[in-house]
Amino acid sequence: MTWEWGIIWQYLPKLLDGAWLTLELIFFSGLIGFLLAVPIALMRAAHNPWLRALPFGYIFFFRGTPLLVQIFLIYYGASQFEFIKESFLWPVLKQPYWCAIIAFSLNTAAYSAELFRGAIQAIPKGELEVANALGMSRPLIIRRIVLPRAFGIALPAYGNELLLMLKSSALASTITLLDLTGMARTIIARTYTPLEMFFAAGMVYLAIAALMIGAFRFLEYRLNRYQYYKHTALPKNIDPQLRDEHLDT
Amino acid sequence: MDLQGFGHLLISGSWITVQLALTSLVFGLIFGLLGAAAKLSQSRLARGLATGYTTIVRGIPELLLVLTLYFGGAQLLMWAASWFGYDEYIEVGPFAAGVAALSIAFGAYATEVFRMALMEIPRGQWESAYAAGMGRGQTFFRIILPQVWRLALPGLGNLFQVLLKDTALVSVVGLNELMRQASVGAASTKEPFTFYMAAALLYLGLTVIATGITMYLERASNPTTRSRRVRA
Repeated sequence: MTWEWGIIWQYLPKLLDGAWLTLELIFFSGLIGFLLAVPIALMRAAHNPWLRALPFGYIFFFRGTPLLVQIFLIYYGASQFEFIKESFLWPVLKQPYWCAIIAFSLNTAAYSAELFRGAIQAIPKGELEVANALGMSRPLIIRRIVLPRAFGIALPAYGNELLLMLKSSALASTITLLDLTGMARTIIARTYTPLEMFFAAGMVYLAIAALMIGAFRFLEYRLNRYQYYKHTALPKNIDPQLRDEHLDT
Repeated sequence: MDLQGFGHLLISGSWITVQLALTSLVFGLIFGLLGAAAKLSQSRLARGLATGYTTIVRGIPELLLVLTLYFGGAQLLMWAASWFGYDEYIEVGPFAAGVAALSIAFGAYATEVFRMALMEIPRGQWESAYAAGMGRGQTFFRIILPQVWRLALPGLGNLFQVLLKDTALVSVVGLNELMRQASVGAASTKEPFTFYMAAALLYLGLTVIATGITMYLERASNPTTRSRRVRA
């Protein structure tokens, strides 16, 4: 087997171009998916059974079918209908870039909505009762108590979901997009060095994943600070005015 | 839904999808058990290898794995075979590459599931089996594995769902499974939405069946719920 490091270095800038598109895709679909997932999760956690049943079909479909099918349904499937081709949506739906973003957003929204629902239901009941007792209205409780608490609880699992989305973003290469995988495939078609190029692409994916894991660790440390808080006793000879009786025990 | 005579193609494609998923499941379970055994072993080398395996495989896309093993698999295999003095040409088909990629990916996640399950088993179980005169292997297969199975089932069920959906990726390298057959139908009839929707519904059916089987196995492997089922 021949292994050429030179070819990796030669095409590394191109691969990094592809990596940039991958990052763009996961950033936009992550953002849109998050904005979609929050109201869906609130509906899934509602008391009204009709409201709860509504997003069930959506979540069931998007979690039960492969992402590849969803991408093809949007990218190739939309062209089957004349009324879509004539509508204002067509300039968006004929571009693989937007189709990929739509498919990824809808897909990740379904998975994250289930995560957020679990987190909303895991909030201790007492906290909601306290908010009620203080006379907060329901929208205020959701904004001030439910969402921030649920986000803290869901954060580790949500970080995992975004990592899975990074990996599924490779599917964008199946609809002609030149993301990291697509770029590697194009280069291979020219140079025929599959092992070297896929190895290099894999390493770039690993690096992005490592950065994302680090970012989420940091975010979790900031947002769930109360779990990591360690009280350090003050020195004995400090000015008594500065002492905090509740903390120094 | 009018499939214009392409329905049988989708059915035969689904059958290949099922075969692909089940074959990958068998190899994936083996990889997972080996990985978990390596992660829990005393040997530093084995632990390091297993950690490298899970970190790398869980960080790169499954599609990239499929592509690497399909387009580079022959090269890799021939290189490995040349160590043993075998220099003939070796070909790697899409099914073999798909099984290899999917089972490697499944095994990396299953390693963690098995490791957690193995750690849940109290040490006393091993010790009492040794005291009863069983060897290491015998203890593992007769005492530990049946209990690990029960603890690992919910996690493995989830992983199998992921595996089932990942089989669609093998269509990219030309295996005639469900997704590929749907593309063939879509291209010949110019009705992509109909065919991809039909494929989506078939995948939904498969995942529902897989969920049902997992739930049945979970109930059957848990003595308390099992007895309730018999009474009912």
